[in-house]
Amino acid sequence: MPKSAYRDVLKQALTDAMREAPDIFVIGEEVGRYGGAYGVTKGLIEEFGRDRLIDTPISEPSIVGTAVGAAMAGMRPVAELMYVDFIGMTMDQLGNQAAKIRYMFGGQIGVPMVLRTQGGTGRSAGAQHSQSLEAYVMHTPGLRLAMPATVYDAYHLLRQALTQPDPVVFIEHKSLYALSEDVDLSVLPPNWGKALVRRQGKDLVIVSYSRQVHYALKAAEDLAAMGIDATVIDLRTLNPIDFDTIRAEVEKTGKAMVVSEGVMTCGVAAELAARITEECFDFLEEPVVRVAGEEIPISVSVELERHSVPTPELVVSTAGKMFA
Amino acid sequence: MSKITNTKPAQQSNSELLAHYREMRRIRTFEDRVGELYLRGESAGSMLHPSIGEESAAVGVSAAMREGDTFTTHHRGHGIFLAREADPNRMMSEIGGKDTGYCRGKGGSMHIADMTLGHLGANAIVGGGIPAVVGAALVAKQRKTGAVSLAFFGDGAMQQGVLYESMNMAALWDLPVVFVCINNQWGMGTRIDQATKSTQLHERAKAFGLNAETVDGLDVLDVVDAATRILDGARAGTPGFIAVDCFRFYGHGRKDKSPYRSEAEEIEGRAKDPVLHARNALIEQGISEADLDAVDSDIGAEMDATVDFTIKSGEPDLSTMFRDVFAPDQPEPEPEPVLMRIDRVLAKE
Repeated sequence: MPKSAYRDVLKQALTDAMREAPDIFVIGEEVGRYGGAYGVTKGLIEEFGRDRLIDTPISEPSIVGTAVGAAMAGMRPVAELMYVDFIGMTMDQLGNQAAKIRYMFGGQIGVPMVLRTQGGTGRSAGAQHSQSLEAYVMHTPGLRLAMPATVYDAYHLLRQALTQPDPVVFIEHKSLYALSEDVDLSVLPPNWGKALVRRQGKDLVIVSYSRQVHYALKAAEDLAAMGIDATVIDLRTLNPIDFDTIRAEVEKTGKAMVVSEGVMTCGVAAELAARITEECFDFLEEPVVRVAGEEIPISVSVELERHSVPTPELVVSTAGKMFA
Repeated sequence: MSKITNTKPAQQSNSELLAHYREMRRIRTFEDRVGELYLRGESAGSMLHPSIGEESAAVGVSAAMREGDTFTTHHRGHGIFLAREADPNRMMSEIGGKDTGYCRGKGGSMHIADMTLGHLGANAIVGGGIPAVVGAALVAKQRKTGAVSLAFFGDGAMQQGVLYESMNMAALWDLPVVFVCINNQWGMGTRIDQATKSTQLHERAKAFGLNAETVDGLDVLDVVDAATRILDGARAGTPGFIAVDCFRFYGHGRKDKSPYRSEAEEIEGRAKDPVLHARNALIEQGISEADLDAVDSDIGAEMDATVDFTIKSGEPDLSTMFRDVFAPDQPEPEPEPVLMRIDRVLAKE
C-alpha cells in the first residue's frame, strides 16, 4: 500500500469533493495564493480558481458569517479558521447563527457548511495557538464535530463532513499533518458517527480521539508488556458520538480511562467520564479516570508544553495505578 | 407597491404615496396590536421591540427591492418583514410563540425568517445578521442572479466590529450588498452621541468604498429615492450603505418607558412621524380624510382578525421540542431528553 500524509489526503479530499460538487468552495485567510498556513490547500487555486479558493481579509467573524449566508443561499462552503484558538472570535457566527438557524427557524433551512480548523500542542506555538477547544463546540447544540486521528480518517471524515446537511466543525491536529501511514483510500469508510476500536484488549478501555489515539496506542503496547491488555477506542466524531461502542467495550472490562488534550474541567473527558459512570455503573470496578490537559495556558517551552497535555507515559502510569 | 403606470407624474406620486401610506399604517397598526397582546400577557415573547416611528425605513427601502432580493434584520424588524409581504397572521402568531407561526413558535419576534420571501432571519445579536448577506451576495454574484442582499440594523450595530469586516469584504469583492442602518437615535438607553463621536454614519461606509447616503426618514418618498439609487449601484456592482434618520417612538422594549429621555426630546422626536407626514401630504394632494380613514379602518379590521387568529392558534406540540436541532435522517437527529436519560440510568435490572 502506498504511504500518504495526513496533510496531503486532506487536500485530496477537498480536491475530489470539489471536482464532484460545484457548490463547494473554500473561504478563509491565506487559503488560496498562500496555500494555507499548514499547506493543506496548496495549489488548489490553480485548479479551481479564485472564485472557489477565496482569500479573505483577517476577519474571522465575517468569514464564518459569510459561509453561513452562502450555505443558506445553496452553496456548501468550507470556511477555514487558521487556528482553533481563534474560534472565540467567531463564536457568535458559529454558536448563535450557524448552530441555531435550523432550530430557530422551525426547520425551514439548514446550514451545510464545514469549518475546517486545527488545534492541539506540539509545535511550541504558545498559549494562543496550541489549544484544544473542542468542548466549546461540543457544548453547542446544532454543531457536528469531527476530529480525525488517522490518515484514512482525515480523508474520509472530511469527505463525509462535506455531505452533511448541518454545520460540521472539523478539527485537525497540527502535530499530525506530517503523519504518514500506509493507506488504501478506496476502502469504503464506516458510517459517519461510528467510533472504531483501534486495539482490542480485555482489561481496560482507553477512550480517545485525535492525536491522543496515537498516544493511547503507544501506551497500550507498554501496558501489554506490564501484563495489562488495553482496548483503545477512537471516537472519530464527537458529535454524533458513538456511545454504543464505548458502552459495549466498558461492559467487557469494567475499567475505563478517557484521554483528551483539552483541559479537564468541563472538558470532553469530563463529559465522557460522567456518561460512562452513569450508563455503565453496574459494570465498573474502578472510578472512570480522566487523563486530560492541565488547567493552565500552554507554554512555548518544549518541556512545559509537553507536560501540559497527556503523554503516553502518563497514560501508562495512570493505567498501572488502576491495577495496583 | 410602486407598480403604478399612471402617465401623469403628479398622479403617479399620489398613488405611490398612498400605497406607501397604507403599508406604513399596516406596520404601525400591527405593532400597536401586538404590543397590546404583549401587555395583556397573551403573547409568549418576553422581548418585543416596536419599530413605530421607523416605518418609512422599512417601506421606503422595500420599495426599491425586487423579488429575489434577500435580507436579514435586527431585533426591531417587524416592519421590514411586513413590507416584504409577510403574512401578518403567521408573523403575529410567531411572535406569540404559536404553532401557526413562521417558525412554528420556536423563533419569535427576534428570530423570524421565511426563505420563500428572502428573509434570511431576524437576529437578537446586534450586528449578528450582517455577514450572512455578504455570503448570500457572493452566491448571487457567482450565479449572476441579479439579486441584492440587504442587512437591516440599527444605529447600535454601527459600533460593532463585524459590520466593518463585512463592509470591507463587500467592497473588496464588488458584491451586490446594501447595508441599511435605521438610525432611530437610541441603542437601548444610549443615545447615538453617547455611543460615538462619529455621528455622520455614512462617512464610515464611504471610507470603505461604498456608495453611501444619509436620508431623513420623515418623507417616505425621500427614502424610496435614496434606496433606489443605492440599490441600483449595488446591482451594478458597488455595494452601498444607507442611513435612515428617524426616531424610536417607544422605549427599547414595549414596556420600557424611556426614563432616560427628556420630555422635550420625546415631543420633538414624535413630531417626526412618517405616517402622519404621508397622511398630511395625501390630504394636501386632494385625498379626503374620509378616504384615508377608510384605509385605516380596513387595516384595523385586518389586524383585529390577525389578533384573533393569534389568540386562537395553539402552542406547538411538545413533541416538536427536540426536532430541527439537526436535519432528520441523520445519526442522532434529536438529542435524548434529560428525563429519558435519567430514567434509563436509574432503571433497575
